[in-house]
Amino acid sequence: MITGDRIFGLVVILVALAYVASATQIQVSFLADPVGSKTFPYIIGTIGAICGLYMVIRPDPDPEWPDLPTLGRLGFALLALVAYAYMLKPLGFLIPTAIVAAILSYQISPRPLPAILSGLGLSAGLYVVFKFLLGLSLTGLPKVIMG
Amino acid sequence: MDLISNLALGFSIALSPWTLMLAVIGAFVGTIIGALPGLGPSNGVAILIPLAFTMGLDATSALVLLTSVYYGAMYGGRISSILLNIPGDEPALMTTLDGYPMAKQGRAGDALVISGVASFVGAFIATIGLAIMAPMLARVAYLFGPAEYFALYLLAFCTLGGIASKNQAKAALASCIGLGIAMIGLDNTSGMPRFTYGNLHLMDGVDFLVAIVGLFAIAEVFFFIESHGKESAIGVKLEKITIPVKDIVGSTGAMLRSTVIGFFAGVLPGAGASLGSFMAYVAQKAADPDKASYGKGNPKGVAAPEAGNNAAAGGALVPMLTLGVPGSGTTAVLLALLMTLNITPGPTLFTDRPEVVWGLIASLLIANIVLLVMNVPMVKIFVKVLTVPAWVLLPGVTMVSFVGIYSLTGSYFDLVLMIAFGALGYVLRKLDIPTVPVILGILLGNHMEDSLRRAMVISDGDWTFLFSSPISIGLWIAAIAGFVAPIFLRGILKKPEIRDADELVD
Repeated sequence: MITGDRIFGLVVILVALAYVASATQIQVSFLADPVGSKTFPYIIGTIGAICGLYMVIRPDPDPEWPDLPTLGRLGFALLALVAYAYMLKPLGFLIPTAIVAAILSYQISPRPLPAILSGLGLSAGLYVVFKFLLGLSLTGLPKVIMG
Repeated sequence: MDLISNLALGFSIALSPWTLMLAVIGAFVGTIIGALPGLGPSNGVAILIPLAFTMGLDATSALVLLTSVYYGAMYGGRISSILLNIPGDEPALMTTLDGYPMAKQGRAGDALVISGVASFVGAFIATIGLAIMAPMLARVAYLFGPAEYFALYLLAFCTLGGIASKNQAKAALASCIGLGIAMIGLDNTSGMPRFTYGNLHLMDGVDFLVAIVGLFAIAEVFFFIESHGKESAIGVKLEKITIPVKDIVGSTGAMLRSTVIGFFAGVLPGAGASLGSFMAYVAQKAADPDKASYGKGNPKGVAAPEAGNNAAAGGALVPMLTLGVPGSGTTAVLLALLMTLNITPGPTLFTDRPEVVWGLIASLLIANIVLLVMNVPMVKIFVKVLTVPAWVLLPGVTMVSFVGIYSLTGSYFDLVLMIAFGALGYVLRKLDIPTVPVILGILLGNHMEDSLRRAMVISDGDWTFLFSSPISIGLWIAAIAGFVAPIFLRGILKKPEIRDADELVD
């Protein structure tokens, strides 16, 4: 049986090896100390690889993985969050927050009306709290509209 | 009397109206955060750090505000344990064992009052213990050289990892992930970039706040999306609250015993509040002749873990303040706060910044009294909080996280990094790999490496120097024991699962 632990263990081994490999490329400065810049990363990479190997050899029972539709919802939420990160500055706080909060709300509980309402409510409510109560400098609306 | 004059200094800072107000706000917000299912103290403190920072609070104020949140969350955790059988955080798990049966018998109000009083006893005595013990430990800490610090950091990883996970390899892996991430950025000693791959954003290293908020708060959102918010509260009922004097008097012994156990469990680096509440409950059950009544709504079974849990929260501050080594996930987050405020915890903190330490201790004492008042007569307000549905709460938490990190760093790169940490946190928790050692690794990685390198400079490259003093040998032995012992003890000290509500007899 292939289990999550085995796959993750393999990924860990590969990452650890890449980590050690790129540690060999660290430039050494003329200010040398007995340990140097490379030793500690080597130790971490080695222990990490051993742990990964252990997970491959002796995996724990698999957790309950989400089914395909759930995985789709998770992926969509992830994309929405990344888009939000890039929209926050050009579009201001209010519009992206309302949209993304509504999307997340809908993903947790798929009912359109409450989701839209919580998106709008959170966007307006948090804006008031951040801007006026906590005094953070937030841009509310897109710069184009604000002039 | 040093202690009295120190406390007088502390109270002179803590009793200013401004600080007092922060303590009250922190306690209130903290209790709400603790009460919300799925939003524990680590989460709550983590998302509030960037906000406190951007509000421009000075060091003492920020510390008072967020440690009040921390204490408040420890109080609040019991509310959802008792009423919903859902622990708000891991240490509150033990409270469900007798708290929920009590609630099913219609004694929810009694259970809330008893646990509130127990929380107060535990936290208040532990704060006094902190005031006495921290300066003592600070004096010992002066004996620590780089080799001892290296061993101490190792001890923290070993005990935390050993307890946090069922699988030692996974715990060690989590520490390695954190340490590996900490290496990114400019090397402190040589000034050379490591693992930056030419990316300017990575030159300063990965901001630990970005990692913490991602691993805790954003990962939580993914979990709620997966579970469709099943864990949200439905049908919370609470009748009129009276004070069950008889039960409180009857549990005095249980509270005091659990406080001592919890405090010392908290002081152990890496052990923390979960161990405190667990040991307090087990010890209470073992000491009571009427063992069969536990798990069926015994008030002492509510009092013991709550006192232990809150005492451990106070105890965990001892190693955090004196040695810079956190005793639990939340104190790791508080350490992140100190580092953000440019306060270096350690023995010198007590001599260089006494106003920070003693102001903090005094405001914790005040916060406790505030919390007792809030959590016994006003508990109904917090019970209302439980009815906030997950589909409003979690998007809200996400947005607060984004704004916090964005206003702190102002870069897209950090926001995307935070989301990546959220995804990583989801996968790690799915695979039962603990996330707290990852945080600890990111926080302590550079310190750990520095102490190793300084030790080697002193000894001129002789590695046996690491084991050359009695203190470091002791720490190494404790570290190995802390990592290995849970493998053998796991069979004996099996953690009870939360039982299904239906299985419980009314």
